[in-house]
Amino acid sequence: MMAALFPLLSVLHPVLAVPTIDRLVFAVCAVIVLSGALGVVLSSNPVYAALSLVLTLFGVAVLFVEEDAQFLAAVQVVVYAGAIVVLFLFVIMLLGVDRQESMRSERLPAQRPLALLLGLAALGELLALSRLTHWSTGPRGASGAPATGGGGNTAALARSIFTTYLLPFELTSLLLIIAVLAAVVLARRPGQHPIEPPALVETDDSNLPMPGPDPDEEIDGVRNVDAESIGFGGGRGPQ
Amino acid sequence: MFLASAGDPLFVDGINFAVALAVIIKVVLAFAFLLVSVLMMIWFERKIISDMQNRVGPDRAGPWGILQSLADGTKLFFKEDLLPDRADKRIFRLAPYLSAVPAFLSFAIVPIGGTITFGHYTTELQVADPPIGILFLLAMSAVAVYGVMLAGWSSGSKYPLLGSVRASAQMVSYEAALGLAVAAVVLYTGDLSTRAIVTGQEGLLRHILPSWNVFRLGFVPFFVFLIASTAELNRPPFDLVEAEQELVGGFHTEYSSIRFALFFLAEFMNTITMSAIVVTLFLGGPDGPGFHFLRWLWPILWFLGKTLVLLFVQVWLRGTLPRLRYDQLMDLGWKVLIPGSLVWLLILGGMLISFKWGLIVLGISVLFGAALIRARSLGAQRVGEVGS
Repeated sequence: MMAALFPLLSVLHPVLAVPTIDRLVFAVCAVIVLSGALGVVLSSNPVYAALSLVLTLFGVAVLFVEEDAQFLAAVQVVVYAGAIVVLFLFVIMLLGVDRQESMRSERLPAQRPLALLLGLAALGELLALSRLTHWSTGPRGASGAPATGGGGNTAALARSIFTTYLLPFELTSLLLIIAVLAAVVLARRPGQHPIEPPALVETDDSNLPMPGPDPDEEIDGVRNVDAESIGFGGGRGPQ
Repeated sequence: MFLASAGDPLFVDGINFAVALAVIIKVVLAFAFLLVSVLMMIWFERKIISDMQNRVGPDRAGPWGILQSLADGTKLFFKEDLLPDRADKRIFRLAPYLSAVPAFLSFAIVPIGGTITFGHYTTELQVADPPIGILFLLAMSAVAVYGVMLAGWSSGSKYPLLGSVRASAQMVSYEAALGLAVAAVVLYTGDLSTRAIVTGQEGLLRHILPSWNVFRLGFVPFFVFLIASTAELNRPPFDLVEAEQELVGGFHTEYSSIRFALFFLAEFMNTITMSAIVVTLFLGGPDGPGFHFLRWLWPILWFLGKTLVLLFVQVWLRGTLPRLRYDQLMDLGWKVLIPGSLVWLLILGGMLISFKWGLIVLGISVLFGAALIRARSLGAQRVGEVGS
């Protein structure tokens, strides 16, 4: 077959061996994912970059569905597109940094070569992984339904997480809780009592991203304190 | 193989003409059903609110003003489409669709009846029954945030920006509570598919009550879901996103014509879908007593009736409750709904193992809750002493 001719094709063999409709889906998704990724890197407007990231995440989610990893696809959309990028946008909007950035100046000179190197390393790692045969969720779904049945292998994934990989899984959740606690501690100014009613906090409208037209102290005060209470605005705002 | 899944849009069992036809018919029917229900829902809401406020409400277009929404929609179509000077043009145009499309899509997983048979094909009365089922709803409501958020940001004006910042914080916060309420249902069903959730609720609970999740799960997840979904929809009393008295119109202040209509279409479609989802998750979906003639019809009627009751509840809430202040909104979400549903989930998990374990978990949570309340009141006391 063609795969024997070129080493590159042998690497791509898992892609070329699948049915036409799968390859079509892959091609469309690849275009979406790559254009989104390029948009993230090349957009000068941070909001456009964040939206391109959403595009990439959606493309990857469709690829997950194509691979019968439906649970992963849903989690991808819920967590990454639905929560993380929304928080990115939230910060961008709240801090008012949604202006064009110059692409020419670079603060960290080693950033670009380092990014290229790390990207290549990650690609190599993924290709190496794709050649290994052991998959905890059953055989790869590229050539049909997985052996775990029609449940979209959610059950297989759960069994693997809560038995074989229970310790790493729980450690990850512990790590996340530590991070949340750290964020809360960092966001809370020393000496500020948590029980005090938020409306008593002094407000200073000059720091808002938009000039507040409504001199209603209470609404502004409440808004800013609550931005803090969900984890943002710790470093700025009217405290 | 018995073609039980004819009309599965993922074409798991292959494509043929009948399957494709069934999918297309179901999609078109669901789309039309949703659009007509939005028109009826707007009229229904305006009429009920008028009754609650001692007004007549719309009564000019058609009998009882039933064509009022149609007239309004037609008028909006022919209005001028304004584009603000300072708007980010591309995203300003994109945002209404980001609102409307997830609203359409999430209705696809709602089972509105049992199965119907045509020829030798049997199809379920729902557009799609993906194995991830209810997670699809969470994904779509997560995506719906973008519409509101980007609409406000791209308008290049302060009121929409404030509205959209509020919206994103509110919708992200209440998604957690929404997900935890769904987790309780999934825990008892053992499946994510909406069809399995509905069939799991058939039968009777202790020979008296229907075995619906609202009874099986002890009401708490039901009310958490109801509150969180109202907040997720930005409906009163959680409509800080478009609070007229504070923000003019909130995120859609700068929108006009058909784009404005799209936002409202999305909002009302989401209201209908969420009510349908509450029926699916907690009220047995199309479950209910039927008769021997027209066997396929009764589940649909039950489903529609239950959904109508929940839609009335939404209107009722809007007619009676004042809007929450922003800090109250965040307190309710983070300090009441999320810990409450987490603890309830733990207790339900214990009950699943055995009744004894459930009681043990319940006892521990009551002790822990009492300790927490005591600690809080002590802390408040101490702060008061320091302050005075």
